[in-house]
Amino acid sequence: MMALAAVMVIWGIGWTMNLMLARRDHRSAYWAAPLIFGLTLLLIWEVGVQLGDVSPIILPPPSAIAVKFVQSLPILWADFAQTILKGALTGYIIGALAAFAVAVMVDRSDFLTRGILPVGAFMAALPIVGTAPIFVKWLGSDWPSKAAVVGAMVFFPILVNTVAGLRDTTAMQRDLMRTYGAGYWPSLLKLRVPAALPFVFNGLKIATTLALIGAIVAEFFGSPTVGMGFRISTSVGQLALDLVWAEIVVAALAGSAFYGAMAMIEKRLTFWHPSQRK
Amino acid sequence: MMRSVLPILTVVSVLLGIWVLSVVPMNIHLAADQAQRDGVAVVPDTPIARQDVGALALALRNTAVVPMTYTLDRPRLPGPQQVAAELWKTTVGTRISSKKSLVYHGWVTLSATLLGFGIGTTLGISLAVGIVFSRTMDLSVMPWAIASQTIPILALAPMIIVMLGSLGIQGLLPKAIISAYLSFFPVVVGMVKGLRSPDAMQLDLLRTYHASASQGFWKLRLPASMPYLFASLKIGISAALVGAIVGELPTGARAGFGARMLVGDQYGQPLVTWAALFAAAITAAVLVGIFSVLERASLKRMGMAR
Repeated sequence: MMALAAVMVIWGIGWTMNLMLARRDHRSAYWAAPLIFGLTLLLIWEVGVQLGDVSPIILPPPSAIAVKFVQSLPILWADFAQTILKGALTGYIIGALAAFAVAVMVDRSDFLTRGILPVGAFMAALPIVGTAPIFVKWLGSDWPSKAAVVGAMVFFPILVNTVAGLRDTTAMQRDLMRTYGAGYWPSLLKLRVPAALPFVFNGLKIATTLALIGAIVAEFFGSPTVGMGFRISTSVGQLALDLVWAEIVVAALAGSAFYGAMAMIEKRLTFWHPSQRK
Repeated sequence: MMRSVLPILTVVSVLLGIWVLSVVPMNIHLAADQAQRDGVAVVPDTPIARQDVGALALALRNTAVVPMTYTLDRPRLPGPQQVAAELWKTTVGTRISSKKSLVYHGWVTLSATLLGFGIGTTLGISLAVGIVFSRTMDLSVMPWAIASQTIPILALAPMIIVMLGSLGIQGLLPKAIISAYLSFFPVVVGMVKGLRSPDAMQLDLLRTYHASASQGFWKLRLPASMPYLFASLKIGISAALVGAIVGELPTGARAGFGARMLVGDQYGQPLVTWAALFAAAITAAVLVGIFSVLERASLKRMGMAR
């Protein structure tokens, strides 16, 4: 009862603050409102768990997760290096490079392009994570099998976006290149690749989350005794949920950082695109 | 549409061709071992010596063994015809009530997927409506909905299952909750975009008609959001299916596509894994296909077909 009342009070305070912020409509509302909302949720979680006597086996309070996070930094770093740096990142780079190569090759033929766009879009919707047990069988349980799963997962979204992007030039632009006497390579590098970049980055950004999911889920099918997926599945078995939550915090931070890095590179390279202009 | 049939067929047959060709080098070592056990002469005559020989060289020196690579019981890479046969056997050739029937396992996964997708889309659309009509919700919730797309939410799956399990909730619901969670955010983000897609001119027109907010919603915003809705529904349903499959992995579930993949993996029956994988892919394709058909039909009816 106490817990419920406290939760209601916190929610009321947080929401009223945001109501006021929204009405004031100052520039600060754009960062303050989500911040207050997030803090309100965290507080509700903390107070609700503490006062409501929720067992830490079901839901540990955020403070316990924070303590666990700091305590197990070495473990978390080792898992991060194994899963994200070795598995996800390697696979992401391999998958992206393969997708670019195939896209540029396919782009020369209109016939193949018309075939690969629907097939690629179709493959991108399939549950490719399911190939994880097969890759683990082929490449062993260490990170190469995770990189392979990630590569297969990110390949199709990037391929489809790149192929679509390379076609996204107007007849006028292509004619201009022709009047310059530009051959295949100059017109590819100076016109079509730059024109494709907004699409390519769209694919690359979608693929960041897929890469992390692939690397983590593939570890459920077999892994050395290190890695985020391994830690999550074994800690769940030991009911050490605070460590699981700490791993999820790491995954969330890594995911946002990865996506943010891609968005930053995009901003640098496609500053000319309408969506990036101020 | 018809224009793309031939290119699509070409691409698909190229992919199939690569698959068929890869079977030989992937399986030749296994096939050579098997052939030797059957009493066929194989050129390097011990398994250890064969380890040092490359796959292609081994295939060239033992051409008689090559056909065997397509018929192994436990291949590293099964041939397409083996997967097709296994799929046929476990769908059409087995009683639906049997534990070996993929139709049965498919239904287990599909029911969780559909239940979760239903919950996720309903909540997602309601939240999107709230965000569009309440500035406070827009400011406080929307950034989180966008940020959540960069987070590998699927990593939460094992914990959700255990958490709900210790609360006494088991079976269909935990998987459905994961599916709902995964389909929720794409729907929110897509619907907010869609409900905001009418431009100032159209909104002004409604204002000159003295339309109320609810009339504006039903007559302008909701119809205008349909293309966005269908796009996010297609993303949502395939995410929901992946969620249900992954939800079956960590608990050692006995039924469902995820369970079949695990069983095939642990008991060394690659054909079971491959059949489950393809069945899941076909299910995903059918679900997305249904939404594509609905999309085309309703957009055509509403005069928005491109």
